[in-house]
Amino acid sequence: MMQLAVRPEPLLNVDNLVVEYGLGNKTVHAVSGVSFEVARGETLGLVGESGCGKSTLGRAVLQLRRARSGRVMFDGQDLTAMEGEALRKMRRRVQLIFQDPIASLNPRRRIGDIVAEPLIIAGVKDAAERKRRVHEVLVAVGLDPDIVAGRLPHEFSGGQCQRICIARSLVLNPEFIVCDEPVSALDVSIRAQILNLLEEMKARFGLTLLFIAHDLAVVKAVSDRVAVMYLGRLCEVGPSEQLFARPAHPYTDLLLRAIPVPDPDVRPAESVATGEPPSPIAPPSGCRFRTRCPRADQQCSAQIPELREVAIGQFAACHHPRA
Amino acid sequence: MSAPLLSIEHVAVELPTPRGNLRAVDHVDLSLAAGRTLGIVGESGCGKTMLSRAVLQLLPKKAKLTGRVIFDGEDLVRLDAERLRRLRGRDLAVVFQDPMTSLNPVLTIGTQLMETIQEHLELDAAAARKRSIELLAAVGIPAPEQRLAQYPHQCSGGMRQRIAIAIALSCEPKLLIADEPTTALDVTIQAQILDLLAREQRRRHMAMIIITHDLGVVAGRADEVAVMYAGRVVERAPTSALFKRMHMPYTEALLAAIPKLDTAPHTLLPAISGRPPDPTRPLRGCSFAPRCRYAAGRCHEAKPELKGAEMPEHLYACFYPIRMAEGIGA
Repeated sequence: MMQLAVRPEPLLNVDNLVVEYGLGNKTVHAVSGVSFEVARGETLGLVGESGCGKSTLGRAVLQLRRARSGRVMFDGQDLTAMEGEALRKMRRRVQLIFQDPIASLNPRRRIGDIVAEPLIIAGVKDAAERKRRVHEVLVAVGLDPDIVAGRLPHEFSGGQCQRICIARSLVLNPEFIVCDEPVSALDVSIRAQILNLLEEMKARFGLTLLFIAHDLAVVKAVSDRVAVMYLGRLCEVGPSEQLFARPAHPYTDLLLRAIPVPDPDVRPAESVATGEPPSPIAPPSGCRFRTRCPRADQQCSAQIPELREVAIGQFAACHHPRA
Repeated sequence: MSAPLLSIEHVAVELPTPRGNLRAVDHVDLSLAAGRTLGIVGESGCGKTMLSRAVLQLLPKKAKLTGRVIFDGEDLVRLDAERLRRLRGRDLAVVFQDPMTSLNPVLTIGTQLMETIQEHLELDAAAARKRSIELLAAVGIPAPEQRLAQYPHQCSGGMRQRIAIAIALSCEPKLLIADEPTTALDVTIQAQILDLLAREQRRRHMAMIIITHDLGVVAGRADEVAVMYAGRVVERAPTSALFKRMHMPYTEALLAAIPKLDTAPHTLLPAISGRPPDPTRPLRGCSFAPRCRYAAGRCHEAKPELKGAEMPEHLYACFYPIRMAEGIGA
């Protein structure tokens, strides 16, 4: 709570970002005017259901998908204005970890070469230096370099492949990592190992994380603050504990109540959710959640709600937030 | 007590692989009474899907099945193909994980529904159509008449799963097997589908097996839970008894490893170290012993039997069950 008062200059500042895809003669409004900050050393969790634009947002931050408008300020520099060599240089400081660890490793290359690849691209010419760095990060993620470096990805389980991906993302000493559903493809018992590893790596290498996932409990486990996304817009942003204890936006509330709790004494709330998310090709006017919202009225269809502070550090984009 | 609707007796499934025979299901005994729900929980590769395929007699051709599957008085393992065909879809229905691959992409929803109905029930096209519309309405699909003419790709994932459920329910089955029915769906849609299954089950007095990797999914919805690990049932109990007191260290560790909404951020999760054993290699002791923090010498030597001690209906396969370990040896 205290650090909110003396918030340092954020490492990442996303301002009114808009990303759209063409689909035939239609437009998919994937991200529609999203703004947020991530402080140095902070983990911001980004949750939402499939198709809400959270992965697109993560990619647009890293300039893997160019935005239609808006700015992405990273350490004081506007990434959206960068191109070519400048952008390539900048990319050493930011990394991405994907959902499917097996698909994101080249099946024909050895683990040692996969992890060394970013170093080669970054122009580290000294082979001994490269070997030392690869050794270091493999040990850091809990793998034995002497055993794994010469092997191929198919010899490893999903959890181990995710460790390899994490090692690869760390090898250039980045400052900021976008983790896009890093544990959704893993089994429960392995998931906990990888979440613990990410936490450990963050502390050890002084990382700042944007942690994207659809599972609220997973997001809460690692995030300082959480942003909830629905159909291309942020509904609510706030400190994790506070947001989960007192959700102000009806969508956050719905998400929280829809999670099955592993306790038979907690009866599942009957039909908490009604309807399905509308298409991002033709999003509803005004508040995009209004078609499923129990509190929706005329104002909600007429006027887009802006993110407003509803409690200290907690912002909700709702005309009728829960106090 | 009457005979159970389904009784799985000493079922084992082996699959030949280039590295040797793989023990997918390792001698499982389970039973289910009419109208009840059994949750089968386990991680990928634990054999839960292969077990359900053994019940449905839908195993891969090369699989070797031993044991008996008694459904409604008949041993499905010994039933001929024609009798099985009549049974499946009518008395024995299934909903799979991925509704996109379980529905035929080139047939309309109406054709797929009516095909099943007309195959098993003696209804003419008009009656089958009427029943299809009723079924789609019952599973919560708006404008069911228009949907009949549409193809699966025109529906969302949640809608497709509702349609798959409508097809499964179409002939009033006695047993519905739902294999990870909500894993491919978003959390708000998952809640709707689980509610729908529970409602239809009560209404039709149908027995149900929910197969899932998520203890949260079965907690509020199954009467009984069986936890599988490396092809075996390692703990089995009425749901409330299981969650009140887990005896098998694997069950406890699995529950502990799930991030909870009420834990503070940045709390270290109690992860289970290592990974499940290779099912192609022979295993002497308890399959969980290499990862178990309570394991002692005996656990690596002999396989613990699945049996009950204090409560006859709470079974577990462990030499040093939790909360009973004190005083025994530990």
